[in-house]
Formats: sequence, C-alpha cells, structure tokens
Amino acid sequence: MFSVFIQPRHPVLKKRDDFEDVLEERRRSSDLRYALRCYTPTLYKGLVPCKASMLKSIVLQSDHLQYVIKQVSSESGDSAECVAEEASLILDEMAHRLQLSTIRFFAFTLSKAFKRLFRSVCVNEEGIQRLQQAVQEHPVVLLPSHRSYMDFLMMSYLLYMCDLPLPVIAAGMDFMSMKFVGEMLRMSGAFFIRRSFGGDKLYWAVFSEYVKTMLRNGYAPVEFFLEGTRSRTCKSLTPKMGLLNIVMEPFFKGELFDVNLVPVSISYERILEESLYARELLGVPKPKESTSGLLKARRVLSEDYGSMHVYFGHPVSLRSLAEGKINRSQYNLLPRYIPQKPRVDTHEFLNDAAFRLVRIQEENMVLKPWVLIATLLLQNPDGLELSFLTEQTDWLRHLALAFGAFLDWPNHEACSEVVSCSLALHRHLLSVSAGHVQLNVTDAPQDETTPEEAVFHRAVVVLSCASYRNQILHVFLRPALLAVAMQSANSNRKDDVYNCFNFLRNMFSNEFILCPGDSVQDFEEACYLLMKRGVLQVLEHEIVMSASGHSTLAFLCSVLDPFLQGYQVVCRCLCEETNENLTEKEFIPAVRSFALKLILAGRLKCCEALSSDLQKNALAALLRLKAVRKVKVGDQVTLKVNKIAVNSLEDTLGKSNVNQNSWCSSMAMLK
Amino acid sequence: VCFESSPTAGARSLSLRQEIMKWNGWGYSDSRFLFNKKGQAEFTGKRYRLSGLILPSLKDWFEGTFGANLQHRSPATPSLNLSAVAPPNLNQPFVEDLKAAGLAVSHDPEDRVFRAHGHCLHEVFALREGRIGRVPDMVVWPSCHSDVEKIVELACKHNVCLIPYGGGTSVSSALECPREETRSIVSLDTSQMSRILWIDEKNLTAHVEAGIIGQDLERQLNERGYCTGHEPDSMEFSSLGGWVATRASGMKKNIYGNIEDLVVHIKMVTPRGVIEKSCLGPRMSTGPDIHHFILGSEGTLGVVTEVTLKIRPIPEYQKYGSVVFPNFQQGVACLREVARQRCAPASIRLMDNEQFQFGEFCFSLILLNFFLLKNFCFKGFDPQHLCVATLLFEGDRGKVLQHEKQVYDIAAKFGGLAAGEDNGQRGYMLTFVIAYLRDLGMDYYVIGESFETSVPWDRVLDLCRNVKERIVRECKERGVQCPPLSTSRVTQTYDAGACVYFYFAFNYRGLSDPVHVYEQVEHAAREEILANGGSLSHHHGVGKLRKEWMKESVSGVGLGMLKSVKEYVDPQNIFGNRNLL
Repeated sequence: MFSVFIQPRHPVLKKRDDFEDVLEERRRSSDLRYALRCYTPTLYKGLVPCKASMLKSIVLQSDHLQYVIKQVSSESGDSAECVAEEASLILDEMAHRLQLSTIRFFAFTLSKAFKRLFRSVCVNEEGIQRLQQAVQEHPVVLLPSHRSYMDFLMMSYLLYMCDLPLPVIAAGMDFMSMKFVGEMLRMSGAFFIRRSFGGDKLYWAVFSEYVKTMLRNGYAPVEFFLEGTRSRTCKSLTPKMGLLNIVMEPFFKGELFDVNLVPVSISYERILEESLYARELLGVPKPKESTSGLLKARRVLSEDYGSMHVYFGHPVSLRSLAEGKINRSQYNLLPRYIPQKPRVDTHEFLNDAAFRLVRIQEENMVLKPWVLIATLLLQNPDGLELSFLTEQTDWLRHLALAFGAFLDWPNHEACSEVVSCSLALHRHLLSVSAGHVQLNVTDAPQDETTPEEAVFHRAVVVLSCASYRNQILHVFLRPALLAVAMQSANSNRKDDVYNCFNFLRNMFSNEFILCPGDSVQDFEEACYLLMKRGVLQVLEHEIVMSASGHSTLAFLCSVLDPFLQGYQVVCRCLCEETNENLTEKEFIPAVRSFALKLILAGRLKCCEALSSDLQKNALAALLRLKAVRKVKVGDQVTLKVNKIAVNSLEDTLGKSNVNQNSWCSSMAMLK
Repeated sequence: VCFESSPTAGARSLSLRQEIMKWNGWGYSDSRFLFNKKGQAEFTGKRYRLSGLILPSLKDWFEGTFGANLQHRSPATPSLNLSAVAPPNLNQPFVEDLKAAGLAVSHDPEDRVFRAHGHCLHEVFALREGRIGRVPDMVVWPSCHSDVEKIVELACKHNVCLIPYGGGTSVSSALECPREETRSIVSLDTSQMSRILWIDEKNLTAHVEAGIIGQDLERQLNERGYCTGHEPDSMEFSSLGGWVATRASGMKKNIYGNIEDLVVHIKMVTPRGVIEKSCLGPRMSTGPDIHHFILGSEGTLGVVTEVTLKIRPIPEYQKYGSVVFPNFQQGVACLREVARQRCAPASIRLMDNEQFQFGEFCFSLILLNFFLLKNFCFKGFDPQHLCVATLLFEGDRGKVLQHEKQVYDIAAKFGGLAAGEDNGQRGYMLTFVIAYLRDLGMDYYVIGESFETSVPWDRVLDLCRNVKERIVRECKERGVQCPPLSTSRVTQTYDAGACVYFYFAFNYRGLSDPVHVYEQVEHAAREEILANGGSLSHHHGVGKLRKEWMKESVSGVGLGMLKSVKEYVDPQNIFGNRNLL
C-alpha cells in the first residue's frame, strides 16, 4: 500500500490572494448614495433575471413537475388539479421575490450595521474578479461556509457591492416564521425550504425543479450551505448531499454544459452568536428565530466583533470534477423529466465532491491569532504566564504556517502586541491578572449557584473558546491523528501506525471533515508534514520520532485529547446505561448527565464532553461502526447497544489517551 | 497506369474515375477552390453551378473566422512520390489463378494508393504531405457477380485479405489497411459492376449492380423516367454497394426512405457462399431480416454484388424554399412540430447561426437581397442569432404548393419568415461544394471535418450546444490559437428524433502535430455526443474510427452476436478490413 506513493498534497505551497477592506470605502462616502447607486451586474449570457411570476409558471408547467403531479394524483386518488394547486401553494411558500429596492434597503442598513460591528470586512479582490468571469461562462452555485446568520446577508451585500448578480439563497423555513424579516429576506433573494420533507414527492419535485429552473436558465446564481445549517462549533459540518445533487443534475443530464461551483469561506474574528451557540450545545434550547429576538440582538451592535474575512475560492468546474467519474450516458434511456434516484456511483461522486468542496472552504478560511491563543489556553486550564503564552503563540504560529494554515497575522507587529490585542478583543472569555492569563472559568460563583450551574457556567466559556480552536483543527487534524496513532500503536512499524491512524480516522469521520477513501493520502500527508517539520523520520517500514519532536507531538496529541475523552465518555455512558430501551431522544440528556456526574465527582476535567455536537457525532460514529443499532419500537426509535463492541472501542480510544498523560508530563518538563 | 490483363474491360474505363479525380483531396481534379492573385476566391472547372464564379467575401470570412492569412500557405505535395509506396506483397499463386480466370488486376502504385484511403482528415492530410502508409498490394476489378464469386473463392483458397472498394468516400477509416495484416491485401474494386440489369415498371423496382455510382444510377434511371430518390451528399462519388454496406441515408429520405427502406433484395458473396432471399416480396416474416446483417456490415462479411431497389417516377414538380428563424431554439421547435405533424418536405435542414453566417459571407447566400436583410432586422432578428432552414418539396404541383403552405404556416408559429426559393437552392448546392472547401483550408493551415449523430428531439438543443462548446474548449486546451469554427445543422427529421451534423475546423499554425490534436478533439466531441444521448453514428458508419465505442453502443451481447455472425460467415477473416467489430 505504501509503495504506491500517492502524490502528496502540499498544503503549504498554496498561494492565496490578498485582501481588501470593503468597509474602508463605506466609511468615506455616503451609504445612501451607495445604496441608490446604479447597479449593473455582469450577467450570464446577458440574461436578465426573470420575474418571480414568470419563474413560477415555468416551474409549474415543467415536464418534471407535471409528471410528478400526475403520479401523485394517481397514487393518492386526488384530482390532478388538486395536486397542482398544492404544488402551487408549496411554490408560493418557497419562492423568493427578489427586489432591487429591498436590496438597496439592505445595502443601506447593512452598511451602517457592518460599520458598527466590524473593524473591517476583508474580501479577496481576485476572487471577485474570478467570480465575475465565472458568472459569464456558466451558471454559478455559491457555496459559503455557515457560521452565522450574517453569512448570507454578507454574501448578497458583497455581490451587490461588486456588481455581481444577486444570488437566490436556500434558507431554512425557520426564518420565514420571523414576521417581516422573513419577507424582507424573501425579497432579498431567499427562498425557503422545509427542514424535513422526507417522503414528500411533490415537495421534492417542486423544490428541485425550482432550483434547477433558476440554474438552467442562468437567471441567478444559486446559493446554499453545503453544511446544511450553521455550525455551532465552528468546525465544518459533514456536508449534505440533497441540494448538491439537485444543482448537479442539470449537468449530468446534459442540460448545462458546465456549472461553476464556488466555495466561499467566511470567517469571523468574533462570532456574533458565540455564547448563544455554547449554551445551545449545552442543552439550552436554541431560541426560536423571532423578530423580537433579533431586536434584542441590537445589543450586539454596541460590541466590537473585530474583523471579518470573506474568501471567494477558485470556481470548481463540475465538468472537470465529474470527468471520468460520472458516466452521463446513464441518463440516456429515460426521459429526463422523470425523476431518477442517483445511482451508487453518482452518490459516491456527490459525497466525494461535497467533502472536497468543504475542504476547500476550510483551507481558505482565514484564521486570526486569537485562534492560536484559544488553542493554547484550552490546553492549559490553569492558565499561563503572559510572556510564556506569547512565546508559545509564536511557536504555534510557525507550526501552523508550516502546515499550511491561512493565518492573518499582522505584518510588522511584535508578537506580544498581537497577543495583547487579541486578548483585549476576547476579554469576556478571559481573566488577566498580574501577568497571568486564564480562561474565565473560575469566576467567583454567586452564592445561589448550584455546583451544576457552576459547571455549566464554566462549560459555556470553554465551549466558546473551543469554537475558536476548532477553526484551526483542520490544519492540525491529520498530523494530530498520526501523533496519537504513534502513541497508541504497538510498534513503530509503519503498518501498525497506519492501522491505528485509520482506526482513529474512522472513529472521528463524523467529527471532522475527512474525505471518504482518502485514508492513505491523509496518512501520507501527515507523514510528509511532520517529516518536513523534523518531528518524524519516515523510513521504509518504520516511523521514528526525532529527538526534537517531543513538544510538537505532545501538542498535537493534546489537540485531539478533548475528543478522545469525550468519545470515551459516550462509550462508557452507553455501556453503563441500564435502560434497555434508551430512545434516541433520551440519548443526549443521558450522556450529558453522565458526564456532569463525572465532572462533579472530579473524575473528568474535560467540559467538552458536555457538548451535544460531540455526543451526536460520537453516536453517529457508533451507529456507522455498527456498535449501536437503531430499532424502531412503535413511534419511538431506541438504541440497541452492543456493549462488547462499544467497550472495545472505548478501550482502544483509552489506549490512545493513556499514553497521552506521559506526554503531557514530558511537555510540562520541557516548560 | 499499367494493366497486366484486361480482357473484360478496357484499360481506359478501369482508370477513368482515377484520372479525373484528385489523388489527395476531394472530388474532380478540375474543380477546386483557390485564392487568385487578387486574393479573391474562385471555384475552378465547369461542373458545378458555382464553377467559374468569383467569391469576393470568402477571403474575409476565411481570415476572420480562422485567423488565417493568405500569406501563410501549407501547400500539398504536388504529385505522388512513387518511391514512398512500399513494393507489393503479392501472393503469387493467387495472382496466377486470377489471371488464369481472366480477371483484371493491377499492382501499379498509383492504383493501390488511390484505393488505400477514404476521406478522413488524417488520411487526406497524410497524402498531402506525401506520407503513404500500408496500401493494398494489388487491385482486382470484377465485372460481374460471378467474377466476385471466383475472386472470393480464390482468396479463401490462397488466404489473402480482401477489402471491397466502391466509391472511396468513407469517413470512418474503413478503407485503411490494418497495420497488423500480414497477408497480401487485395482491393476489390466494384467500379466495373455498374450496370442496371433490369427495370420492372410493374413493381417499380430496378435490379442494379452494386458498383454503380450514385449520380450514374440516378441519371440512367432519369433517362427512363424514374429515380431512386436516394441522394446522400456524397452521391457524385459513392456507390450503391457502399450505401448498403454503411446503412447510408439520403437527403430526401422523408419521401424515399433511407437505404434500408429502399432495398428489396440484396445479393452478397461471402466466403461461405452467396447470401440472398428467395423472392422479391415487399416484406417477410422469416426470422430476423438477413438484410440487416448485410446493411452496415462495412465490408466485413463479403461483397454486395447486386441490389434490387425501389424506384419512383421522377416527380412532376420540385420546389426549393427557405425560412429564417430568430434563433436556433425556435428553428428546432419548428422542425420538431413539422415532424410531429408528419409533414416534413422531401428535405428540411436547419443551419445554426455560424453556418448561416458562413453561407451569407461566402456566397451571399441568404441575405443576397439587401431589402430582405433590412426586413428581418426590422422584425427584431439579431444577425448574431438568426438561423435558416432550407427546404425541398417534391411531388405533383398542386400537392407541393399545398404542402409548402402547411410548412410555412407552421414555421410562422415559431417566428419563421420565408426567405425565398433561391436561398434554399443555394443551401443545397453548398452541400456538394463544402467538401472542396476543406482542401482550400488545408492549403492555408486550416483543417476540419464533419461528423454526425442522431438524437431524440428533446435533447437536440442540449446536444448541439454542449458538443459545440466542448469542441471550442478542447481546442483551447490543446493549444489551438484561434477559436475553431464549430457549427451544427439539424439535417434530418424523424418521428422520434433528428440527425445532427457538425462541422468543425481550426487554424493549426503553431501546432506540432495538428492531426493528433484534431483527432483528440473529435474524440472528445464524440464522447460528448454519447454523453448527451446521441448515437455513435447516423449514417457515416463505424469503420475503425469509432470501433472503440461499439460495445458501449450495442451492449456486449449485441457485439457478441455480430461477432458470431462474422465467425460463421468468414472464419478465415478473408474480409479483413477490421471495421466495426
């Protein structure tokens, strides 16, 4: 396996564009004039977007929808007119009503808001130029990362600013329930889709035809979030295939020559929803999107959210992506308006493409120095001397750069200056006293707080902080998996290490973005990076740690430590669970209270085990590895735990983790 | 030209065609395009309506479209270098037996080179450069069915490879001698079998020897008041046997049908003996139609010697016509409607905008009439989008006029405006001279080719757009400096789909291996066609050029069936041109 040396990826060599602050101009000239300026977007084949009513009738008259209407009608016994009426209502509920006047309104108000919120909004000029080119060549699909509500407002704002055609945006139905705002969003190009419509053929047909019609005719770029929802952890989420399949199908079926997929990476120095997310992960339910909630969010306007970066990636040609992977003639034998489930190979392709696109998003995500600091603070819960923190940050900065991180480090500024700036911006998460920096976890508890509340209070800070560390995980992930694998492997033999690596990679493939099937390539990449850094020597059959490699490996192991611990907690919880009929719904509360008990008993230090995101991912992994099965009993889904399998997984994880401790001490010694 | 023996036919008649035709280009030696000293294009000779005419704007179109320059010439080798032709690998006992049987044979290099190629770009390009590959080792001219029987029998006896040769207009590498063939290769030229043996006016059939050339067949039948109505674009040079062997299609198939609809009876000599049906009944239910093993067999099973064809009285009245559409979509929609109503005229073709512009600029074809142009522009037609359909009606006068009205009424529903008879007629004339234009291009670093497919109606537009764009993109990726000419034409309509024709040409200055680039682009274009639901071929056939896609096209079982037929009919692979399978 290793003799075939797969072309290693060289993340380090990536050339990235420069940024320009788009707010600079806004701070100098009139927002009103800007909002009312002449907007003449570059168009695909000179096509002017068609009116919403026109679009609606094209969709309703389409062969595809007509076919499904007849089908549904004959299956349900309802008259075709009835079903058609239903389709029309679905479309009304869904459709956008893009209006330039609304866009102008947003251009004005958002200019004001963004200037209050952000120090700068940086965009890569070259990316915009590439997009301008791409828009004229082929229909475009914009694929932004999703960390905040801000994302799609910002996208449309930027596209308006750059005279690019305004996108139509797939948004979750929950927005629509917000009075007024829902309609405003609709008029700024959002269309609304239900979160789940499992078997609803008609809904699916209306929805997919609506998206395809816009794409096929090239009326407007289609924008949606591959991750499906906002990532509460700032880690990229496992991509969803549904919409991707829809936007790819017109190409597969020959209706379009090509589609340009444009990954966009949006990163925030401080996320508006920061503590909101942390609370949500800890089980405080997400507040239903409501207008009054948004108004309360006015408070956020008075805070400083640092800078924001938007990076428009290189357009990815679907045609080149599918070259040699999709046999388009598979669609030859069925009229194209008849819906067809994707074949296995198509499904694999979709999956692979989706992962690759999310990887591109990750790689182009700008990282701020605070991300490094947060990583270090989380690894040192007792805090650090400021001078040492500065020193470590500098060390980590070089490591991250060597691994290809897209770090936005201020030029010509002393490291200490950079660190103190970052600390200032995030002061609400920290306490600094007498040169000692610590996460704000030991706030003097008020009298009435219970120990549980104290733990949750601490966990909010930790999870908030983790959401920054998580941003850089993709940089360290592969080397970290290798570092842990080396510690848990029985020998230095390459295949032993690889097996451990593969186990961990497999275990964590719901947690992190790991392209399916890229195991060997990921391993080679990790070896390459660590070898280049002088941490490892990769011999023909063995992998040996270099004398100077300790500190780096120790650091990398600690990066994964919360996840190893968290997964172990989940496994232990399932093994110790006495309820035979644990339902899927009860799972998270069960793990949460289990972890809470361990923390209160002082047997677990790691607050991240409380995160519902981690718990869900762990469960998904266990289900995938068939250590847990879902069984439907009545209308409940219960989890059947194969305790032997779960136990053994926990053991293997534990092995990876036990060695960890010796490393930590070695790291402590180095200090 | 030397002939060793020619007891049945005079040496002059054997080589007649060869002497009046180009050895390294299309058609008659006296007919060619050239740029005269003033830089104006003219077409030489006296054979065509265009002959002797000056085409003042061809130069501008040519230079503008291809970025070509009349100063940059790439002339062909003026004459065949006989020393480049390898000496023949003769099977002496076979030659002796042929001579004893009194058959005309030759191993003259010119005779052999002439029959070693069709008209694929790479074949003509090599000839122009004076490069000669493997050529047949000798040529034999049977003069009747029984001659062919003798030749095939002797070929089996002496194990030589036979390649039947009709008109030589193949565009599928079908005539290329397989490089791996070690036996003596004999080109079996059917040109001497060109008689109409009988005409049956009661049943409206004619029994014809398969070597007859299309225009001769049509002329001779016309003299008797009949026609077959089979008019492929190559009909000046292609033969009846060739049509059968490739499943040819004629321009006027809407009235007369394609070759498979026209044949009533076929006689073919195979190594196993003669295959034919026992009667002239118009249709039979006797298992799979054995004609369909022969039609499209591309010379792999035997030699078609005689064919009974349907004939029709010459139509009383013919009328050309043309319609201009605002864009290609509208044009295709109109053709689709015409097909739906089953009222297609004898021929209906839709040229896209690029072809329209070519016609306009080169031959002042459509918008000859300035007032007409103004009229169209006034009606909101954009010269960058409009496209033109050419029509040909045939039949008795009253019905033609009625039919014409019906078609123009449909066209009007799709925004089509009648653009006159002359323009239609010129459009069809263009078909015959366009092959000559390729030779002109090749004199100035421009190479090109046409290819075709058939596709369901709902995919016509997508296929045309995608293939054209693929060609443009592939050219760019392969270092072609100027954007290529990439154009399409819907050239036949059927109930369930259409035949689409593509022309593609580019300026190859700066490319080290232009033919290779060309072949890669054509390959990519074919892949694109297949991916968009198009067929491997509508009427050009597979030959060796498109063999790699046969399995994909007809399934493994289908290919296996064809192979087992070949295995039974020709176990020694006497008909070893290696086409198709």
